Amino acid sequence: MSDEEKLDVIIVGGGLAGLAAAYVLAKAGKEVVLIERGTACGNKNMTGGRLYVYSLLSLLGPELLAEAPLERAIVKEQITMVSATGGMTLDYTDYSFKEGIPQSYSILRSVFDDWLAGKAEEAGAMIVTGIHVDKIMEKNGKIVGVDAAGEEMFADTVIAADGVNSFMAQQAGLRNDLTSREVGVGVKEMIELPEEVINSRFGLQAGEGATRLFVGVSNGISGGGFLYTNKSSLSLGLVVNSRGLGNQRKKLHTLMQEFKMHPAVYPLLDGGKTVEYAAHLVNELGFVGLPQQLYRDGLVVIGDAAGFVINMGNTIRGMDLAIWSGIAVAKAILEARTSAEVGPRYMENIERDLIPTMKVYQSYPKLLEIPRMFTEYPKLANDMMHYLFAVDGSVPPKLSKAMLGIVKNNVSLGSLLSDGWKGVTSL
Amino acid sequence: MTVKKQSVEDLLGYNKFNADEKNPHIVIDKALCAQCTDKPCLVACPAVLYRQKGENSEVTFDHLGCLECGTCRIVCHNHGNKGIVKWDYPVGTFGISYRYG
Repeated sequence: MSDEEKLDVIIVGGGLAGLAAAYVLAKAGKEVVLIERGTACGNKNMTGGRLYVYSLLSLLGPELLAEAPLERAIVKEQITMVSATGGMTLDYTDYSFKEGIPQSYSILRSVFDDWLAGKAEEAGAMIVTGIHVDKIMEKNGKIVGVDAAGEEMFADTVIAADGVNSFMAQQAGLRNDLTSREVGVGVKEMIELPEEVINSRFGLQAGEGATRLFVGVSNGISGGGFLYTNKSSLSLGLVVNSRGLGNQRKKLHTLMQEFKMHPAVYPLLDGGKTVEYAAHLVNELGFVGLPQQLYRDGLVVIGDAAGFVINMGNTIRGMDLAIWSGIAVAKAILEARTSAEVGPRYMENIERDLIPTMKVYQSYPKLLEIPRMFTEYPKLANDMMHYLFAVDGSVPPKLSKAMLGIVKNNVSLGSLLSDGWKGVTSL
Repeated sequence: MTVKKQSVEDLLGYNKFNADEKNPHIVIDKALCAQCTDKPCLVACPAVLYRQKGENSEVTFDHLGCLECGTCRIVCHNHGNKGIVKWDYPVGTFGISYRYG
């Protein structure tokens, strides 16, 4: 392709961020090519999860959203503090979460991304799959295109939507390689289970979904287990910080198998059949981990590649932000009079729509680096419950004395005070 | 058959791969790995593709079965002896293809 055959936009990566950008730009009549290394969009992607739909709704509108292959509308939010012999579960059900347009859905990325790619194609985007972009091309300090499997392609704007490892952002000098502190590794088994079994096991009506977070299953590493109900399968997995993982001696695979077979977990899966085993990195630092700069002349970074995640402790939001950032860059391109204006306008959109929320949660990761959150505190909660419910005929200690003893057995008063203080100041 | 504890080989067997037998997308330098004290790759790779038979044996790596997550690179370069000297994604169409994701 010669310089004269320059496209308006090249997008690298057919995940949610790239596809959202492609959809908006193509709809507005821009000449867009999206390049995806998988054989179909979504093939290389995985989620432990759920998508909060507000940004997808803004992208597609309610009619098209109704056609989207979403799994279950989440109405049950559960947290289980796991002990050696069982666990204590908080169960919050809120049917308002599914009223009108439900707030969040469980999704399967391979299915969903492929569908969204189809919509972007219908809107006029050209989706090229099975091609790996090797590098970005620069001319006089400006990014002018990409080299994909030996073929050079040029565009006014290149969008790096190449995911958490983003070698494009690294090559452009916008980011260093990831550090082990800032990323967690997620590992997941997809477990098929009949729809009615999931409904009765989790107390759900047709179309409703549950999520569960498990604390105390990560061998003391910052992280935890997750379970999402899909239509006729469960997404079960662990996310652990990669620094913590590298600093202990148990294999991630072993941790996952032990988690799966734990007495508080296994009954939820019983009768199911594992059909896929997946892994992916997860940015965990949120606002603090954002690169200083998210664009260069001719290049803009979006989605996971930009580090758009919010770690709320009980959940990590990323997919909704990916879509939001894809819309933000598309708007910037449509508003800009010259390609040099795209980056600054994109940043204006991000600063207005995305960064404020990320800032609210900026101190959460610090709280999650307290190791006691993943061992001592779940144990403490379970010990207290044990005192309340165990009866063996002997004379029990008085409540106040028993509770104080349980606290002292698990944490020192100093740790408790300092963690409490960190909690108050972080939240 | 119901859910049970499974070997990593069994789990990887469920996945759809298009194996690029000849071109490993990740390459290790065994001399660097031999001097690595922590060897975090052995525990961190979710597919257990880094292995060591005994205390003094060499670290071996098989790129087939890779889930393309990047964890090995991160732990190697942060805690290890930087024995992973090349880490890239497989060439287009090759590697893992998630059917569910």
